[in-house]
Amino acid sequence: MLIKKPADIMPSDITDPGVYARRREFLKAAAALGIGAVASGPAGALVKAAGQGTPIPGIIETRYGDGLEPTAFEYVTGYNNFYEFGTDKGDPAEHAHTLKTRPWHIVVDGECEAPGEIGIEDVLTDFPAEERIYRLRCVEAWAMVVPWVGFPLGDLLKRFKPTSKAQYVVFETLVDEEQMPGQRRAVLDWPYREGLRMDEAMHPLAILATGLYGELLPNQNGAPLRLVVPWKYGFKSIKSIVRISFTRTIPETTWWRRAPGEYGFYANVNPQVDHPRWSQASHRVIGEGLFSSKHPTLMFNGYAEQVADLYRGMDLKKFF
Amino acid sequence: MLVAKPLVFLACLVPFMQLAHGAFVGDLGANPLELVTNVTGLWGLRFLLLTLAISPLRRVSGWNWLQRFRRMLGLFVFFYISLHFLTWVWLDQQLDWSKIAADIVKRPYVTLGFTAWLLLVPLAATSTRGMMRRLGRRWQRLHRLVYVAGVLGVLHFIWLVKADLLQPLIYASLLLILLAVRWRPHLLGRLAWSGRTINAR
Repeated sequence: MLIKKPADIMPSDITDPGVYARRREFLKAAAALGIGAVASGPAGALVKAAGQGTPIPGIIETRYGDGLEPTAFEYVTGYNNFYEFGTDKGDPAEHAHTLKTRPWHIVVDGECEAPGEIGIEDVLTDFPAEERIYRLRCVEAWAMVVPWVGFPLGDLLKRFKPTSKAQYVVFETLVDEEQMPGQRRAVLDWPYREGLRMDEAMHPLAILATGLYGELLPNQNGAPLRLVVPWKYGFKSIKSIVRISFTRTIPETTWWRRAPGEYGFYANVNPQVDHPRWSQASHRVIGEGLFSSKHPTLMFNGYAEQVADLYRGMDLKKFF
Repeated sequence: MLVAKPLVFLACLVPFMQLAHGAFVGDLGANPLELVTNVTGLWGLRFLLLTLAISPLRRVSGWNWLQRFRRMLGLFVFFYISLHFLTWVWLDQQLDWSKIAADIVKRPYVTLGFTAWLLLVPLAATSTRGMMRRLGRRWQRLHRLVYVAGVLGVLHFIWLVKADLLQPLIYASLLLILLAVRWRPHLLGRLAWSGRTINAR
């Protein structure tokens, strides 16, 4: 049996590298809370930072994602649908470096009392960053698990005081051929537009993400700010948002308008409603091998307990 | 010329070798099934276009030696499309025969793809010299099925794309050109499409 001498063991061997790297903050936080023993503090469960980008300080651990194993960083950031940079899954990682995420402003307008603008730096300082480990199910029948960093969408929306007329909220991605070369071709009707019903938007599971794997979002994942709605197909989770509007009527969202028979406004993950061209009953998990089996897709992507009430009494075959 | 055939043969195997190597070392990217499906399907279609390009090319250029590679290229169409089909049946559908049958009936792009593969089976089976001799004139008529398989294959490709039709439409155009010069030989220009006497200049 091989037993290492204590001198051979680096502190970083024992502690998760992410926690280890943040140990000063962590000790400070622990001290502030009056915690003496540091053996199993709250930061212990944070997914370790990727070490590839800008770390986000002071991420709050949450229970979202307990028991989920995050997909490898290289796949989360290398296998993306982001047609603004090309239609191949590898295109975004290859081409998104042309996107300039500073300065960046998000215009908020429509049916609200306090329309205005918010800069990304203010977003980052004003809304405490939480880690949310969510399943992501693409409409193409593959899935991954992403350790997002973000905050509840509702927190930002409330700041602009939507009125009672606000029934829906619409999001738009940047349009700029120079920064987003994929927009030179009319593959989709730019700008990419997505929307939620107001009650969906205010649901605590719906977040705006500023990062993943403990760091600011890589461009190919929708930097600097993107939506994440884990119970809906991935295309609902719009990237690189520049505008948010409150509306009275249902917005014309990109994929819905593009092929209304195939992609609905709701786009809730639903194993019982097939895409006209393929089954949605099961999916592949990214990072598993060529010979791995498919996994059964869960109603609302496994978040039925939290979100099913939003759709009570609705015919989900009709409103798919 | 003696080494040309084995060399072309090896070259045709390169896409397969790359996949086999990737599968062996476990490096087929984020979605290996998608990659294998796409690569085998695309190479099947590419070899089909190459096979169809042999005759017009020969007629335009007078390079009659091209003819010697046609059977091999045609068999590689069958090889890659069979791998493509096998990937779907085995790795994607996991040999769930009732689901496979249901998908073939229910999903038009699967119906088309499956039919295209089915049409290639008799062509591969009758590719030997003996079969050519035995079938005589009927052999040529039978092998016109490759045109139908090509059209179905391209439609299958167009049908499965989500939004970006550029790539499948490029393949469709190439196929259209290759078919057009068969029905309208004068499209190849004055250069003879004159049956037996093949003479470029």
